[in-house]
Amino acid sequence: MIDPGKVVEKASSPPKSPPSAGKLLGAAFFGLAFGFLLQKGGVAKFNVLIGALLLEDWTVAKVILTAIVVGMIGVFTLHHFAKVNLHPPATKLGAQIIGGLTFGIGFALIAYCPGTGAAALGQGSWDALFGILGLLVGSYLYAEFSGVLKRSIERWGDKGKLLLPELLHIPRGAFIPGFAVLLTVLLFLIQRSFPR
Amino acid sequence: MKSALSFIIALAAPSPAFAASDPGLDPLSYDGGVWSHYIVGTGIGVLSWLTFYFSDKAIGASSFYATVAGGLGKLVARRHTESLDYYQKNPPRFDWSVVFVSCTILGAFIAACTGGEFRNEWLHPMWVARFGDSLWLRALIAIAGGILMAFGARLAGGCTSGHGISGTLQLSVGSWVALICFFAGGVATAHALFRL
Repeated sequence: MIDPGKVVEKASSPPKSPPSAGKLLGAAFFGLAFGFLLQKGGVAKFNVLIGALLLEDWTVAKVILTAIVVGMIGVFTLHHFAKVNLHPPATKLGAQIIGGLTFGIGFALIAYCPGTGAAALGQGSWDALFGILGLLVGSYLYAEFSGVLKRSIERWGDKGKLLLPELLHIPRGAFIPGFAVLLTVLLFLIQRSFPR
Repeated sequence: MKSALSFIIALAAPSPAFAASDPGLDPLSYDGGVWSHYIVGTGIGVLSWLTFYFSDKAIGASSFYATVAGGLGKLVARRHTESLDYYQKNPPRFDWSVVFVSCTILGAFIAACTGGEFRNEWLHPMWVARFGDSLWLRALIAIAGGILMAFGARLAGGCTSGHGISGTLQLSVGSWVALICFFAGGVATAHALFRL
């Protein structure tokens, strides 16, 4: 149904050349909308994010799962009609498990993540500035060790670009509607147990 | 020093009744989102259609911090920064993600102001209820958290946005693994911080 190798010629500049003014204007508009939505959704708030990690406030789970269902259906439909390229992150199990758990520990300490931290700063939660300072230091620290990490941890369980339908050997055209229904049922169950 | 000590004591002294007895530690006793979770989630999902279609990009936030850190690193130690493996692959320059995340801050500012929710505070009351009002302690913990978070995000190849929304909606196996690990690490650490 969907050709995974389908590549759409986008009027984008090659990756190494500076982005055009139109692209940057798009980035500005989309960034504004993203920050606006994060703040209105409450997911830039300390208590909502810590509440998510305490499994007491389910706002974050509901926002993420809804975004996944809506985004998945739209992006794969657009891809099917050759309107967009997919950009799935590569699957590197070792790096994603170790990096993911490290990220999670940091998440509980700051309470904000990289996107919601930017939104928290915008809403005047100034403690996000400390988190941002840490994010800058941590990013450079990673870069400092990026050579050795690439040759070690990032090779463990490197599966390349692997999508769930291919992993489970289910055609995308069947997997996506089924998964959308599954996630919607999950959302329904979460809503029934946790109004917020 | 005194605050650091009280932090260690708070961690070391388990008091299960504490959470229930202190309403300040209940995340649901503070404001949540202003808009419905489902409207915000749908908005973010639709926004991802638009970034794929118009910008040939997936929403992501963490690379912003790596780019800014690299830019600052070049000011201090240009040749060393340029020699690092990560910055050879991802030369720090003014690009789509820099504009996107900068405008995320602005978008959240607009949302907070239009909703009468601009907080203008350094410490969230829930943090104060647990760890007291020392700004130094909050700074120390948030910076440490930021370092771990950014290191983990770079190792995993994305954050709550890049993996947790964009990667998962593209059904990347690694993104689902990363999202689960973000929350596994976060849930364990948040319980240790706020519920022991």
